[in-house]
Amino acid sequence: MRLRRKLFIVSDNDKIIDEVTSSDYKYGFSTEIDSDTIEPGLSEDVIRQISLKKDEPQWMTDWRLDAYKVWKEMDEPDWANVSYSKPDFQNISYYSAVKKKQYDSLDEVDPELLKTFEKLGISLDEQKRLSGVAMDIVVDSVSVATTFKKTLKEKGIIFCSMSEAIKEHPELVKKHLGTVIPKSDNYYAALNSAVFTDGSFCYIPNGVRCPMELSTYFRINEAGTGQFERTLLIADKGSYVSYLEGCTAPQRDENQLHAAVVELIAMDDSEIKYSTVQNWFPGDSNGKGGVFNFVTKRGICETQAKISWTQVETGSAVTWKYPSCILKGDNSIGEFYSVALTNNFQQADTGTKMLHLGSNTKSTIISKGISAGKSHNSYRGLVRMGPRAKNARNFSQCDSLLMGDKCGAHTFPYIEVKNSTAKTEHEATTSKIGEDQIFYCQQRGLNPEAAIALIVNGYCKDVLNQLPMEFAVEAQKLLAISLEGSVG
Amino acid sequence: MKDRLSAFYWLNETQFAQASSEQITSQRRSAIEKFEIEGFPSVRDEEWKYTSLKKLITPDYLFPSPFVPLDQEEQIDFNDIKQFLVNDIDCYQVVFINGRYSSWLSETTHTNYDICTLGSAWKKYPEVVESYFNKLTKDDGPLVQLNTGLAWEGLYINVPKNTIVDKPIQVLYISTGDTPVFNQTRSLIILSEGSSAEIIERHHSLTNHETWTNAVDELHIGSNAKIHWVKLQHDSSNASLTQHSKIHQEKDSTAIVHTISTGGKLIRNNLDFSLTGKGAEARMFGLSLGSDRQLVDHHTRVDHIAPNCSSHEAYKGIYDESSRGVFNGKIYVHIDAQKTQAYQQNNNLILSEKATVDTKPQLEIFADDVKCSHGCTIGQLDEDALFYLRARGIRNKEAKALLMLAFANDAIADIQHPSLRVKLSQLIGRKLGVDMSNAL
Repeated sequence: MRLRRKLFIVSDNDKIIDEVTSSDYKYGFSTEIDSDTIEPGLSEDVIRQISLKKDEPQWMTDWRLDAYKVWKEMDEPDWANVSYSKPDFQNISYYSAVKKKQYDSLDEVDPELLKTFEKLGISLDEQKRLSGVAMDIVVDSVSVATTFKKTLKEKGIIFCSMSEAIKEHPELVKKHLGTVIPKSDNYYAALNSAVFTDGSFCYIPNGVRCPMELSTYFRINEAGTGQFERTLLIADKGSYVSYLEGCTAPQRDENQLHAAVVELIAMDDSEIKYSTVQNWFPGDSNGKGGVFNFVTKRGICETQAKISWTQVETGSAVTWKYPSCILKGDNSIGEFYSVALTNNFQQADTGTKMLHLGSNTKSTIISKGISAGKSHNSYRGLVRMGPRAKNARNFSQCDSLLMGDKCGAHTFPYIEVKNSTAKTEHEATTSKIGEDQIFYCQQRGLNPEAAIALIVNGYCKDVLNQLPMEFAVEAQKLLAISLEGSVG
Repeated sequence: MKDRLSAFYWLNETQFAQASSEQITSQRRSAIEKFEIEGFPSVRDEEWKYTSLKKLITPDYLFPSPFVPLDQEEQIDFNDIKQFLVNDIDCYQVVFINGRYSSWLSETTHTNYDICTLGSAWKKYPEVVESYFNKLTKDDGPLVQLNTGLAWEGLYINVPKNTIVDKPIQVLYISTGDTPVFNQTRSLIILSEGSSAEIIERHHSLTNHETWTNAVDELHIGSNAKIHWVKLQHDSSNASLTQHSKIHQEKDSTAIVHTISTGGKLIRNNLDFSLTGKGAEARMFGLSLGSDRQLVDHHTRVDHIAPNCSSHEAYKGIYDESSRGVFNGKIYVHIDAQKTQAYQQNNNLILSEKATVDTKPQLEIFADDVKCSHGCTIGQLDEDALFYLRARGIRNKEAKALLMLAFANDAIADIQHPSLRVKLSQLIGRKLGVDMSNAL
């Protein structure tokens, strides 16, 4: 069935039509702010310089240098089902900070910057007053403003930038940094360990239920700056936290590298819910430009703990991302819900690893891939039941939806079972939108675009339902914008 | 081992060259050169991630030369091999001993079609062999290249247009001798337009020494032709088998392959289909029963190149004791293969603490108007079902066997031949330690 070029989600119609028709990439603008940038290149000196600029203690500098040594020994991985020109690591500036920082109130913040946030729809005032979401906004690697700190402080929750945490809470950082994702874990994790500039740090104390959704917006701002975020989230015994991470990036021509590391530690009986909406610049419709997104995310679950990853991936030229759970403690639970949408020349190789070590551990994997245009979308996942994972249980479902005859959808699940009481189920389907489904909708008066939007939305529902409310709305918008021009 | 094998080739090159054409010899040479560069695959190779050949390549194997005729000691009486054949049916029979043709045990034909041995076809049908040999295997891995370089004997079938082979073809590969032996076997099967054939294949070792058979098969199935191929892999516990089967299918052809792996030490099957003509259909079924320290590894790949083709795959594995199962199924839908229907199913039962299963069902899809799905499970026998049977007076062992048979049924239901079904139920029954002769 041939369809006209525009697509929108049925709810929220008018707004989305406007957005869809007005721009290729809504968030494609670069803010002009004075930045304090280190010359491109990577060496021990550069790492020392980063450490110095950030005023870090000696142990941190040593840790970075150690990681750099490991990184130098490693080769760039090429097993993923993606092809791209490898970034030149000597041509990247590893530090870019907004010059003025540490404001007492919003009035002191660079007005240009505030405008940027307004364009993105995340006005701080708005956020402060209405949503009850604490924002730790990262513009080019250094935190500028943090809100709601007081409320969190009363509960004993620490939510700050990584650099602040290194200074203020060295004992926590020292104890946990790199324990889930060691420096030598993989090429990009090692690189991140060496040069990470900032990120978020969060600690929820024993038995505390975090009263609000913690949220960080990342932005790549300085042209030619790779963004190396480092996030460490610790949920102490019996605590609960829901964390949101969203990304938008300005339009650029050359490829930008984003190699983040996220470590989650869920201690006994705690629960972490980690949601991501990722919308880095995907490159234009000719496949030019776009962000390389090589992310390492992993969480460790102690006894009865639960980690739930939810992601909506619509951006980036190349995505290489496998949020994983190590189910170490007995009765722990890991979940992974993902929607990955690729259009034009985007490539995504994403999935999860569920490593069952403790007994009675459970994991659920729901992955929905949508490929359109000339893009390629791969699911790559591992479910491993160790010999001691008695009665471990896994359910995986990986569905792919194809739109257009030049795209590709691929599934590479690895399932390894080493004990006789574990049960795993895996199922995957690949198909296009059924003509009978579209026909059914059209018969009831929906036009083809609306029908497809409805079907895509329904197809992703299992995952979108897992997102917190504000994110779910944004995710729907993103899906609609990203699919623009793909049907036809 | 690698050096010895390549030395073996260079020593025998003149003989290989004399016995076949220049073109074939140059293909052998380039294959051996490829093998020399790559060597045996290691577990670092993604395709061999779960299957290590390390132990397999250590013994000091004898490489039987195809040019030395079988001597007295190696000659085998029909009674010795009778048990390995489905013997109460009228059939063509081709028997090989250590990679050499045994004429007194075989029954071949040239009347309406050729069912004979590749060893004789090099000279007899040079044009046919030249136009089909090594056409499907050029880009394959080192084991296939090794086979292309060294293999001399195997099944040769050439069926002309619109001809139906009137009886099943049984082929039996025997390994024997007083030393460990490493055999290369190669078959070339050509079914022209509208023809059909049924093959029952078995590999067996008669010795207590280690044996390894490295087999490669090339099957060209013409339009509207049909092949049904049953592989029985119930070998002794010292025998290993690596087998690469490549099936090239044209328009509206059908290929059905059953792989029943119940015995042997290490079994690695690579079964590749390429569906190059509209409406071709590939059906593949596998049943693996692992026990002891066995390893059964199934790699399948279906290339949907032409539109409107379908593939159906059902592999069942039951693993006991310290056995290991590997499954790697790939469905590759090429860019123009619209209206493809592909289905892949892999179910496994783990019966003991030490058994392991590694499975990797994969889909790679480049066309949009397709219906592809795969499912994969790993689990145990249902306690409730077992209790139901026990409550009705069926003994534990039998009850378990019945449940396993039901579990395996998808993989063997398509085998229609009555004698073969009896043989199969005997094999499965023996493996599970119960009398199953009436079960199938």
